[in-house]
Amino acid sequence: MEAVFITIAVLAVLGCVAAVILYFVSQKFKVYEDPKIGEVEEVLPGANCGGCGFAGCHAMAEALAKADDISALSCPVGGSAVMSQVAAILGKSVAESAPKLAVVRCSGCTVGENANRQKTLSYDGAKSCAIASTHFAGDTACSYGCLGLGDCVKVCQFNAIKVNPETGLAEVDEAKCVACGACAKACPKQIIEIRDKGRVVKDQARRVWVSCVNKDKGAVAMKACKSSCIGCGKCAKVCKFEAITIEGNVAHIDNDKCKACGMCINECPKKAILATFEPPVKPAPKPAETPAPTEQKVAAAEVNKPDQQ
Amino acid sequence: MLKTFSIGGIHPEENKLSAGNALKQFKLPADIKEVKIPVAQHIGAPAQPVVAVGDDVRVGQVIAQAGGFVSANIHAPFSGKVKKIEATTGDDGKPAMMITIAIEGDEWVETIDRSAGIKREITLSAEEIVKKIGEMGIVGMGGARFPAQVKLAVKPGQAQALIINGVECEPYLTADHRLMLEKSEEVLIGVKILMKAIGVSEAFIGIENNKKDAIDLLSKLAAGYPGIHVQPLKMKYPQGGEKQLIDACIGRQVASGALPISVGAVVQNVGTAFAVYEAVQKNKPLIERVVCVTGKPLQNPTNFWARIGTPVKALIEAAGGIPEDCEKIIGGGPMMGRAFANIDVPIHKGSSGILLMSKEESKRGEIANCIRCAKCVSVCPMGLEPFLLSKVSAKSLWDMAEENHIADCIECGSCSFTCPSNRPLLDYIRLGKGKVMGIMRARAAAAKAAAEAAKPAEEKK
Repeated sequence: MEAVFITIAVLAVLGCVAAVILYFVSQKFKVYEDPKIGEVEEVLPGANCGGCGFAGCHAMAEALAKADDISALSCPVGGSAVMSQVAAILGKSVAESAPKLAVVRCSGCTVGENANRQKTLSYDGAKSCAIASTHFAGDTACSYGCLGLGDCVKVCQFNAIKVNPETGLAEVDEAKCVACGACAKACPKQIIEIRDKGRVVKDQARRVWVSCVNKDKGAVAMKACKSSCIGCGKCAKVCKFEAITIEGNVAHIDNDKCKACGMCINECPKKAILATFEPPVKPAPKPAETPAPTEQKVAAAEVNKPDQQ
Repeated sequence: MLKTFSIGGIHPEENKLSAGNALKQFKLPADIKEVKIPVAQHIGAPAQPVVAVGDDVRVGQVIAQAGGFVSANIHAPFSGKVKKIEATTGDDGKPAMMITIAIEGDEWVETIDRSAGIKREITLSAEEIVKKIGEMGIVGMGGARFPAQVKLAVKPGQAQALIINGVECEPYLTADHRLMLEKSEEVLIGVKILMKAIGVSEAFIGIENNKKDAIDLLSKLAAGYPGIHVQPLKMKYPQGGEKQLIDACIGRQVASGALPISVGAVVQNVGTAFAVYEAVQKNKPLIERVVCVTGKPLQNPTNFWARIGTPVKALIEAAGGIPEDCEKIIGGGPMMGRAFANIDVPIHKGSSGILLMSKEESKRGEIANCIRCAKCVSVCPMGLEPFLLSKVSAKSLWDMAEENHIADCIECGSCSFTCPSNRPLLDYIRLGKGKVMGIMRARAAAAKAAAEAAKPAEEKK
């Protein structure tokens, strides 16, 4: 019985001594961390995707707490909502930023008989765009387009990008994409662009983009792909907001200037400009000039129908 | 027992189909009216064009000048008028800058000695030889295309032995083999010139034992050239690798990250030795080379003596045309060569072969899981762990790749060749090597910039 008491007593004394030592040591070596960092981290989404440019959410929180002006920092996952919460905690101001998403700028479908880009080569090497692009320019006549081997899919932590087996192209899931930019960095062809989601009208974000990055001259690009931008400049001429520039034989729509009016969409002879909404119909020409569907065309349409089935 | 290198190596099927076929001068068909000459035919900075559109050029005239220290001059292989200087699709499908010449006649620059006789006496001094080689645009002819004058610019006493690569360990290729047989005397004189240039008294010509006729012939002739030894070697791939050849010939191992000169060796190809002979003795720039057009589906595998700029298509046509069951056309050998993405291109200074492969032969097997058999480790001639390097590259772990010496990889492909699971090991390693080399270069540049930034501060003190 006595042994039990002695044991308890010794352990109790040891415990007390250790507690006292630990208390002083912890006081002496205390690392001060701004409590606001913890608070900010709570608010951040915790995805640790690195889209902000920092190693993870904690590093971002530290940077936010440290910086005097946080307008240059932004969390692509949380967007404006999270950033305004962060600004409230830190008592700093933050600029309103528009929600963004990744856009794949290639619509050169490579699968099927009616593919926009016909395959000219077959590649059976490692299934990686980065590796394939060190070997050659691509397995179609277009040396700029999507290789479809899915490097972007591998790096996406949000399961928001997929290679569609029906087109052979990478496609972004608008609902899941947080615009962290990992896919844009991984793409060796640099065809993925982070763009504004666009003004929401009737539950639909309106945005317009040129879905091609082919820098070849018009004739070459025309041969390589049915849906390539040939740099003709028709879209730039029709744009009232000077949002479209042609550089290196390819058009680009400026995010900030574009009002998503959609005037350029039907103007494009190659249908290389895509949008999330139906393009406005051109003011109809005088009724007399509108050619009525001829019998031939109707017949052709009917002949085509069984083929499609 | 025959000598060979000490670690790793494989022995793929040789398939030297064209070994018995004599060199054949290739004459450009009359329907080809223009040729394209790439300005980047070597490792290093591309050459800068020095001719303008509309200029008349003669064979042997400089059309593009070396664009840096590691670069090489480019000479016109055909005479005529410069038609275009612009980027066109290269052999990988990416744009490449080329000078197009519309062929008119065959007028040569007068300074080139076109007589048939062999000139044995070497009149130039060592410095003059290196300068001449630089002027004549000689690059490593084995396929790596490293400018020759850069390798030859060694300090006196630094080099102890010259090693000549007559190994031709790539299956199928027979370009060097035929050159050694038919231009033996010229090759030996070329070796002598190279020995003088780097100031050594001994040279070893390494030749694999499957080329017994070349070994016999060169050994017999070498008796008249003191200091030149013919070294028969056991057949093993990749014996033509610089570090492997030094190990095989003189038994010295080059350290990781070091250059061959660190063990006193300079390595050059037999093709380079021949080009050096022509440049120094005959004043002829590098405008012609041996191209081995070969492959199982091909009708007449041939060793052509063709001018730089000759269209690949024309050479294949002359060897019997593209057969129906041809699935892949490779520039170089089957192990290290690269498949053409576009065959509407000219041959360049490093085109040792054009290889046609059937579907059956070129198909890659289905990729299975790594079974940790370590075959890749045992065949790696650099003593690396390919399975690990490939895995860390696939996962973008560049630090780990660097720690495991990915930069030492010579991209010989022995690992992929031997893998029973058909894993694309080299594909990933090559990707990782590229990234790691980029990181290493950036770090070296940053360190240099930092050192330079620190200098003025010290001076101020």
